[in-house]
Amino acid sequence: MNTRAIQAIIRKDLKVTLQNRGVMIPLVVVPLIMFVVMPALAGLAPLLGEGPGSPLNDLQLFLENMPAALQASLAGYTPMQQVVVLALVYLLAPMYLIVPLMVASVIAADSFAGEKERKTLEALLYTPTTDRELLLGKLLAAWLPAVAVGLVGFVLYAIVANIAAWSTMGSFFFPNLMWVVLAVWVAPAVAGLGLVVTVLISARAEGFQDAYQMGAIVVLPILLMVVGQATGVMYFSVGLVALLGVVLWLLDGLLLWWGGRWFQRAELFSRL
Amino acid sequence: MDKRAVIETTNLSKQFGQVTAVDRLNLTIRQGEIFGFLGHNGAGKTTTIRLLNGVLEPSGGAACVLGLTPLVDGPTLRRRTGVLTETPSLDERLTGRENLAIYADLYGVPAPQTAARVAELLATFDLSDRAEEKVGGYSKGMKQRLALARALLHAPEILFLDEPTAGLDPVATRQVHRLITRLSREQGRTIFICTHNLAEAQALCDRVGVMDNGRLLTIGAPAELTRQMQKALRLELEAAENDREVVLDQISRLGLTAEAAENGQGHGRWLISGAQYDAIPDLLADLVRAGARVYRLNPQEPTLADVYFALHEEEKR
Repeated sequence: MNTRAIQAIIRKDLKVTLQNRGVMIPLVVVPLIMFVVMPALAGLAPLLGEGPGSPLNDLQLFLENMPAALQASLAGYTPMQQVVVLALVYLLAPMYLIVPLMVASVIAADSFAGEKERKTLEALLYTPTTDRELLLGKLLAAWLPAVAVGLVGFVLYAIVANIAAWSTMGSFFFPNLMWVVLAVWVAPAVAGLGLVVTVLISARAEGFQDAYQMGAIVVLPILLMVVGQATGVMYFSVGLVALLGVVLWLLDGLLLWWGGRWFQRAELFSRL
Repeated sequence: MDKRAVIETTNLSKQFGQVTAVDRLNLTIRQGEIFGFLGHNGAGKTTTIRLLNGVLEPSGGAACVLGLTPLVDGPTLRRRTGVLTETPSLDERLTGRENLAIYADLYGVPAPQTAARVAELLATFDLSDRAEEKVGGYSKGMKQRLALARALLHAPEILFLDEPTAGLDPVATRQVHRLITRLSREQGRTIFICTHNLAEAQALCDRVGVMDNGRLLTIGAPAELTRQMQKALRLELEAAENDREVVLDQISRLGLTAEAAENGQGHGRWLISGAQYDAIPDLLADLVRAGARVYRLNPQEPTLADVYFALHEEEKR
């Protein structure tokens, strides 16, 4: 395996991506909303006040419909604290996964379909890299930033959540073990899934937009998780999150194995 | 002594669905040769380059490049070949130096030599002053030069050039021609040029092959191909206007036909068709003997362009 060539592909893709405003804007704006704006709003929500007519009363009712395990995990908190923990720890958890997924998908779409669009793929395909090195370079160029953004975002989210909710919680309450597992174990797997799917789509798509839009299909399972949590159908316990990670890693491995067999220069060239 | 064959194909073919892009191509190219591949757009030239570099799978036949089978030994082979693609295929958001440095890593240029090699090529192609600028701001000619520099980064044994001088100004074109000649003559590198520029092919190439609809119509040295066309040799004759009758009489006696051309400097000018090259001295002697004052008798030798168009006309019929 030619690691120098793989590093060159990663370096090239990252440099090109960082200079593409169309790619960088969503990569900055969405994490900012997810890791700063949303935890800040959720943490500050109790300041809206209690009493008749307060929207927080609805959340109390909502909490009563949640699974028993979730209600048990919130048992030691005051009602206001329960609202904060419910929102920041549980409801926003699946949404956190959207960020690494999106970062991986955007960069991956740009790496193949974007290269095809810019007519730079041909020169790359004439290099002595093997198909496997090429695929690995492209995947890592999208996966590494996605994981990095996910981890940095997790730290940022923790800081904002604790500061915003300080007046309600009175102590550091975030992260719990479930979130650590989510950020360290599940988020990289989600990023992997997004990028493998997008790279495979990108290789066949006409351009960046095309690939990105088709790749957006991988967001659907995450949206289902958001709905599942919000309706009380599922509850992000440590066990469930760890199991979710196992399933996603297996899926990544399967898709990577399949993609590696399918991903061939000759196939890419015939579509140039 | 014959140099070794570095490219050999036997009935090499490529189909894309119902379209035959390359049709039973048989080709032998020797080390150090400058080979011109001529043909219209879609003739199969670029597909041939792709097949010879192992990035496309042939539908039939076989190819051997530098003793390797392209599809099987692709990465090893591509370490020894360089390709200038039809479009420069450069990352426009990166600088000229960054483009070369990244590809130096991809082509396995030893890391300690990369910076020096990149600087050397930037200087060779007169790009040092603009090396830190993004390629998006380069002119078409600068991009072409940078792409050519990239193809040479790893000092390839065979250089495939797809339209190497497209978009270049005359000065840059001459620079590229000199470079190609030097690479071949002084360094023994083999150059495979796809071009529409017939004058370029005639001036540079040791041999040319003419492709049409995936088929190789002819192959040979440009001079050899043009000689084959000398059956249709045309002569340009300039003689005194007053001697018109004598001139036309002598031409018809030799079974040739003449058509009047624009007068030059008060003299009569004719274009004579059907003459054999060997008949020129006899024609001149007869004209002089008959009293015609001949100022000029100039055989208009066919160019590679004539050969090219004649072959395509023949193919259409």
